[in-house]
Amino acid sequence: MKFTLNVWRQNGPQDKGRMETYQVDQVSDDMSFLEMIDVLNEQLIGQGIDPVVFDHDCREGICGMCSMFINGEAHGPGRGVTTCQLHMREFSDGDTITIEPFRAKAFPVIKDLMVDRSAFDRIIQAGGYVSVNTSGNLPDANATPIEKPDADAAFDAATCIGCGACVATCKNASAMLFTSAKVSQFALLPQGQVEAADRVLNMVKQMDLEGFGNCTNTGACEVECPKGISIENIARMNREYLSASLTSK
Amino acid sequence: MGFAFILCCASLGQYFCDNLEFIPFMATSRGLFGSSLARKYWMALTGLFLCSFLVVHLLGNLPLLTGNQETFNAYAHFMTTFPLIKAVSYLLYGSILLHTFDGLMLARQNMAARPAGYVKYHGAANANWSSRNMALLGTFTLLFLIIHMKSFWYEMHWGNVPMYTDADGAVYKDLYTITVAAFEQIWYSLFYVLAMISLGFHLWHGFASAFQTMGWSHPRYTPIIRAFGYGFSVLVPATFASIPLYILLT
Ligand code: SF4
Ligand code: FES
Repeated sequence: MKFTLNVWRQNGPQDKGRMETYQVDQVSDDMSFLEMIDVLNEQLIGQGIDPVVFDHDCREGICGMCSMFINGEAHGPGRGVTTCQLHMREFSDGDTITIEPFRAKAFPVIKDLMVDRSAFDRIIQAGGYVSVNTSGNLPDANATPIEKPDADAAFDAATCIGCGACVATCKNASAMLFTSAKVSQFALLPQGQVEAADRVLNMVKQMDLEGFGNCTNTGACEVECPKGISIENIARMNREYLSASLTSK
Repeated sequence: MGFAFILCCASLGQYFCDNLEFIPFMATSRGLFGSSLARKYWMALTGLFLCSFLVVHLLGNLPLLTGNQETFNAYAHFMTTFPLIKAVSYLLYGSILLHTFDGLMLARQNMAARPAGYVKYHGAANANWSSRNMALLGTFTLLFLIIHMKSFWYEMHWGNVPMYTDADGAVYKDLYTITVAAFEQIWYSLFYVLAMISLGFHLWHGFASAFQTMGWSHPRYTPIIRAFGYGFSVLVPATFASIPLYILLT
């Protein structure tokens, strides 16, 4: 397969950046999107051009690093996949593909397609933990009964890989889906109750401080989320936040 | 005048939302004011209140569709003089202002949250049109509201309205004649119809969205709320739009 690629090139955080056009051929339809970029980079190195910088790690949909905005969608046209799980057979031979970094004030571009998503880490630090003793004397895992539907919902929320596709795709660059997934995974379990009110207040506060936008419930995030995190989590966070603001001391 | 007033309130509103820490209760109720979620709660609550107003307003205006001058004038008189309604009307004005200011503040923050936009952004791939254009639809609705209130609300309160004597000899302001005269102008009526279409799209997303924002979401009830919202957003604006169309065509 052959493709024309419009790729965002930006030398560093201060650079203005621009789109560059490259041709790639000899792409197999079994290649993942990242492998196609590898082919492009080999070619660029051969021509003495700086290769395109992009984030990636596991290449099997579990780390969430491979942030790319492809043809106007986070992680491209596939549903429930990250960029590394997107295959070139999703495109047609001869297509022009536009590749951009995830864009948000809170996700500054480091270089080319690589962005700094440490804002997410700071949201987690603000409350995404439970203060239970994990050294020695571990309580028996089954000693605390948890209803199956709650356990399932908590587990579903916990599958969020922190990729940032929700922010990238949201027209408001809001981080509500991510934050609500992290709030929910604890809010649904008894272990999370001790810090529940502080958690939601602090995480939302940090989310605001990072400069993310405000959710307008378009639902775009849950469509683009590679892990199928539902906006029901956002409703849960809204509930938690409301009751925490009314009752916290 | 109206615009200056709105702008003044907007800046005051924003100042207070961001600086409420000096009131003891506000400082302890972390998050109920000023935070992104707090603004959203106020948007949702005022939005739903405005929806309930739409229903009352529509019912009161139905006599226009039957050409019932007497009932309509009596209704208008009642709405502008009955004390309880007067009290609720201040809540209504407050809601309109708050919904507008918070909407403006949220939209401004949302634009700032993505200073460098995408070269290619395929919004239609994952969200419907009305959900992506709430600020635009809201602004148009506000423009409509200003014109609408100038034409009828302002005229009824302070304007030069002819008087009308009903069968029992009671004298009312004749808002009916003013309304009919206004809607006999084709451009005026068309603007109304357009505004109602815009309102319909605003509600199409806004109704269920308010419930989601308040966290009132449940697998059993959310589909019902959605369906009701869709019905509401078509029926209510359509019935409103039928009033100028009816007057124009008869
Ligand atoms: S909620 Fe989904 S899209 Fe957002 S960071 Fe988590 S996995 Fe990625
Ligand atoms: S590289 Fe790990 S999810 Fe794509």
